[in-house]
Amino acid sequence: MASVPSEHDASPKRIPIALKILVAGGFGAGKTTMVSAVSEIRPLQTEERLTGANHTDSTEGVEAKTTTTVTMDFGRITINEDLQLYLFGTPGQDRFWFLWDELAHGALGAVVLADTRRLADCFPSIDYFEQRGTPFIVAVNCFDERRFGIDAISRALDLPAEVPIVEFDARVATGARDVLIELVEYVARRQLAAA
Amino acid sequence: MIRPYALTQGRVAPQDCEFDMVAFVVATPARWDSGIPLQPEHHAIIEASWEPMAVVELASKIDLAIDVVRVLLGDLRRAGLISLYEPPAAYMPHNIDVLKAVVNGLRAL
Repeated sequence: MASVPSEHDASPKRIPIALKILVAGGFGAGKTTMVSAVSEIRPLQTEERLTGANHTDSTEGVEAKTTTTVTMDFGRITINEDLQLYLFGTPGQDRFWFLWDELAHGALGAVVLADTRRLADCFPSIDYFEQRGTPFIVAVNCFDERRFGIDAISRALDLPAEVPIVEFDARVATGARDVLIELVEYVARRQLAAA
Repeated sequence: MIRPYALTQGRVAPQDCEFDMVAFVVATPARWDSGIPLQPEHHAIIEASWEPMAVVELASKIDLAIDVVRVLLGDLRRAGLISLYEPPAAYMPHNIDVLKAVVNGLRAL
């Protein structure tokens, strides 16, 4: 289970493996709540690339502003000394798509948080992971007493039958943990089926 | 307040390699005569990475934007002051034993 060194260096230090899990969903769906329920959460500064900007008319000597700093959160779970799990609460707004490709690259999988009051908010995340082939599960954050059946949610989201849908409370550590276990077990099942 | 890319002389990407968010870097001792001028931020990275540290942790710890940290890491790598370990997950399917270990570790939380 050793990491692969990309250069010739006889470092005596053990290098852990880090796995990425994405936590996606619409604004206010509980991404940060979930990440902080299971891990120590920390801020990460990233640069948002303003791809919509038109640079052709920028005056010589005056640089066009093409980036702006945004902060996203991440959390780490130490599984053992060789294995770390990084959780990224992926900003759901369109202007953050640039981050998604990098986060999804090599990711173990994704949890799409669904809020039944605003189910459509998670459509872009589901579309993205389906197109990319990133394994994902849908976790329904139970904010209130209004419960919808899993079947109804599955139909509303037009999900393939094999995609797990679980209900949980993002504020409770064991709830968030169980969602992660569900995801990893789903990824393992997919892996075995493909083998 | 310094504009982020002032630290990198305007460079927005490292010259010769990518640094995955969850790649690990480790400072390599004994090459202080690297010949490149180091800024305080370079030193901060070296100080923070005597133990293996993920790029994303490093950026959070020294409180710089991750792409700025990547440029600085590129400088340090060219100067032989850090080693880079890319995550194997980025280019191989996730090993079933690793997945089992993750599930067991999560259950133990």
